[in-house]
Amino acid sequence: MNEAVRIERSTRISRLFAAFGLLLLFFLITAPFYLARSELYLLVEIFSYLALASLWNLLAGYTGLASIGQQGFVGLGGYSLFALTIFFRMPPILAVLVAGIVAALLAIPTAWVIFRLKGAYFAIGTWVVAEVYRLVFAQVSALGAGSGTSLPTQVVQSIAPTRAARDNVIYWTGLGLVVAVLAVTYLILRSRWGLALTAIRDSESAAESVGVDNYRTKFIIYFLTAGATGSVGALISMQKLRISPEAAFSVNDWTAFVIFIVVIGGIGRMEGPLIGTIVFFLLRGFLADLGPWYFMLLGAFAIIITLTMPKGIAGWLAERFDLDLFPLRRRVRLPKQKSNENPSKNPEISGIGRVGI
Amino acid sequence: MDLVATVVDGILLGGLYALFASGLSLIFGVMRLVNIAHGDLIVLSAFIALVVTDHFGVHPLVSLVLVVPFMALLGYGLQRGIFNRALDSDILRPVLVSFGVSVFLQNALLQTFSADSRRLQAGNLETLHLDLPGGMAVGVLPCLMFMVALVVIGGLQLLLYHTELGRAFRSVSDDQQTAQLMGINNAHLFGLAMALSLAIVSVAGVFLGIRTNFDPSIGPTRMIFACEAIIIGGLGDLWGTLLGGVILGIAQTLGAWINPGYQILAGHFVFLAILTLRPQGIFAKIR
Amino acid sequence: MESNGPLLEARALTAFYGDFQALFDIDFRIERNETVAIIGSNGAGKSTLLKSITGLVRAKAEAISFDGQAIGGNPPYRIVGQGISMVPEGRRLFPSLSVEENLSIGAYSKRQGPWNLEAVYAVFPMLKEKRSVPATALSGGQQQMVAIGRALMANPRLLLCDEISLGLAPVIIKEIYAQLEGISANGTTLVIVEQDIKRAMAVSDRVYCIREGRVVLEGRPRDLGREEMTKAYFGM
Repeated sequence: MNEAVRIERSTRISRLFAAFGLLLLFFLITAPFYLARSELYLLVEIFSYLALASLWNLLAGYTGLASIGQQGFVGLGGYSLFALTIFFRMPPILAVLVAGIVAALLAIPTAWVIFRLKGAYFAIGTWVVAEVYRLVFAQVSALGAGSGTSLPTQVVQSIAPTRAARDNVIYWTGLGLVVAVLAVTYLILRSRWGLALTAIRDSESAAESVGVDNYRTKFIIYFLTAGATGSVGALISMQKLRISPEAAFSVNDWTAFVIFIVVIGGIGRMEGPLIGTIVFFLLRGFLADLGPWYFMLLGAFAIIITLTMPKGIAGWLAERFDLDLFPLRRRVRLPKQKSNENPSKNPEISGIGRVGI
Repeated sequence: MDLVATVVDGILLGGLYALFASGLSLIFGVMRLVNIAHGDLIVLSAFIALVVTDHFGVHPLVSLVLVVPFMALLGYGLQRGIFNRALDSDILRPVLVSFGVSVFLQNALLQTFSADSRRLQAGNLETLHLDLPGGMAVGVLPCLMFMVALVVIGGLQLLLYHTELGRAFRSVSDDQQTAQLMGINNAHLFGLAMALSLAIVSVAGVFLGIRTNFDPSIGPTRMIFACEAIIIGGLGDLWGTLLGGVILGIAQTLGAWINPGYQILAGHFVFLAILTLRPQGIFAKIR
Repeated sequence: MESNGPLLEARALTAFYGDFQALFDIDFRIERNETVAIIGSNGAGKSTLLKSITGLVRAKAEAISFDGQAIGGNPPYRIVGQGISMVPEGRRLFPSLSVEENLSIGAYSKRQGPWNLEAVYAVFPMLKEKRSVPATALSGGQQQMVAIGRALMANPRLLLCDEISLGLAPVIIKEIYAQLEGISANGTTLVIVEQDIKRAMAVSDRVYCIREGRVVLEGRPRDLGREEMTKAYFGM
């Protein structure tokens, strides 16, 4: 018997998905050539939410940092972009990146203070900090104080000379951002870091005992997600051409909706934000006219899913059909096993067939 | 003089914040749950009081006779129906569930009452003041709020340390599993804790409604004030929570005295400062 | 209420922690007024067995019966109310409560019987002077006494003691077991979980040996030799 036990990552499904993803990417890159303005605008919104959701998933779902204050970095990114382009005449697309850096830098003192809190108090601490940022910017009259300001015409012009070109530039920036976020998230999770994160999330003390530096790991993830969130925030405000404290730092838009997306899609799984974003935009398309009922529905839905399907739709799919779109798990392939046979059918390898995230 | 009056105002405001916070502190002590919907439940109480006062034409403080039992029952149901199911696992679930309840509640209130600002009419109580020596005047309402806070916290301490129910609460807080071995039905006890918490919340809500204009959106900020008071004072100590509320109140009134737009920001700064300098709070008991 | 038949009986009892199976088809019975010892090494499943009886680990309804009534699947607070009380492994006293408060909370289920604060202080007199002290400030031996007293306050018909000698000096252990003998003589049925084979065999009427979640030996101490027990314990 010479057949060895192999450790595999990808399954047939995940390889199919990768191929499908590449095809989709091609269509998305060329979209400005065949889609209308409003459709491109919607796509940028979808990219933004997908990016924010993936980042929150990494932060809360994988690292266990349940932040309800990410809107602070969204707003910081937005205001940084406005400040950089208005006062420093920075090219807007560059400003999107630099805004992210600003947000990441501000995450350092933020983390230093609020990492002293644990559990739900940490969550509230993140909210307090976001509120502080909002209240501070509401005092800055140079950026419109409480009522906010619009992006000046010359800045708008500097994105691109024509309106159509501007839409395309913003679109491609958005696409680039979300692809970068997904790619980096995937690489982090696929690496040893990813295992460290899951270990921290599952049991901090156990993780420490095997040598994971909890504080440093959590801090780095918080730092990185803050920066990326800031860049997304910069893009969002740029697309709107306007900023105000209420809109930029909105808990509803940048935290409640994002949490909803991740919870419904599936926390702690990379497919979660993808599925959740699709569901969210479908629901929004059908129900947003209902006003407060729409929010009540989202809230109730999130509660029910958290209590009855804690792993969300992606988790349910993974358990029911052994479906893994992103090849993150390490599977033990015993000799003479068909590659997509459900491991739990074989009692000998249940429990060791699924290692990793 | 002006400054002294501001500080006194802050101390008395602290009474209201301590009322906000003590209900939250109780359930955190008993079941380690931080109810993000806490502030929205305070606002809900104010709206229910509004309905009762409109319907029966009574004074808001009289409406408490109906509001308190209603909120207590709601609390028991909320705990056993929703929160109990989120408790026996990681930290994320209770946060998500209470956040969902918060969003749901805010929008249910919005749908039912619209976003208009409301106020509970308390007649003379709103303007009555005591003239103190030195030319200073303090409102009767703030003094009443502070005294009610003292009574509530004193009552809670009595409950916790001199009754069997209080012993049960403290046992469950220490060790949920062993508490069951004593014959304690944790699910029921948690329900009672939440009922008590919301009874306190309803009193806080009525005072809030008398003191300021309220609308469905102000809940989260009140919850944040409650948490700040608890963390400044130190987890697990109710008198600490009172002190935390007072410190927060003074910070806010001083901030407002400098510039009205700075009121809430000043509170946040003091909170963050204390978090940085003495993270366990002033009288920490629970780590 | 039957007056004959075993006080407690387990049939084909299984127990899981998530996917991990800790007990495999355990058959087990305890007669009235007996003292039964359960021995086995760490991780053998002794504590799991006791937790299944008290309801902390869920069992199938028919798997456990107490005085003829099926109690499997009942929540712990109901099982305490029916007359089964446990001194948990590691004592698990409530740190926020004083000695007397710990004892009092043991009476939460309000079962009638001879045990109350005075009765407990009569058996463990040194606790009376420390009644207002936080329970966890006491020495190990005294804490164990509080834990036993606390379990007795529920006036159980069946008292389960999980590794009560762990971490205690031999002279203290001797004293505690002496008290337990008295408690047993008063009509309480006892189940004692022990890692110390000699001690277990000295105090019990019958012994079960558990290894890897299964009963591997059962009998009366005088019928079983030390050698036989040791072999069953270690699986040789």
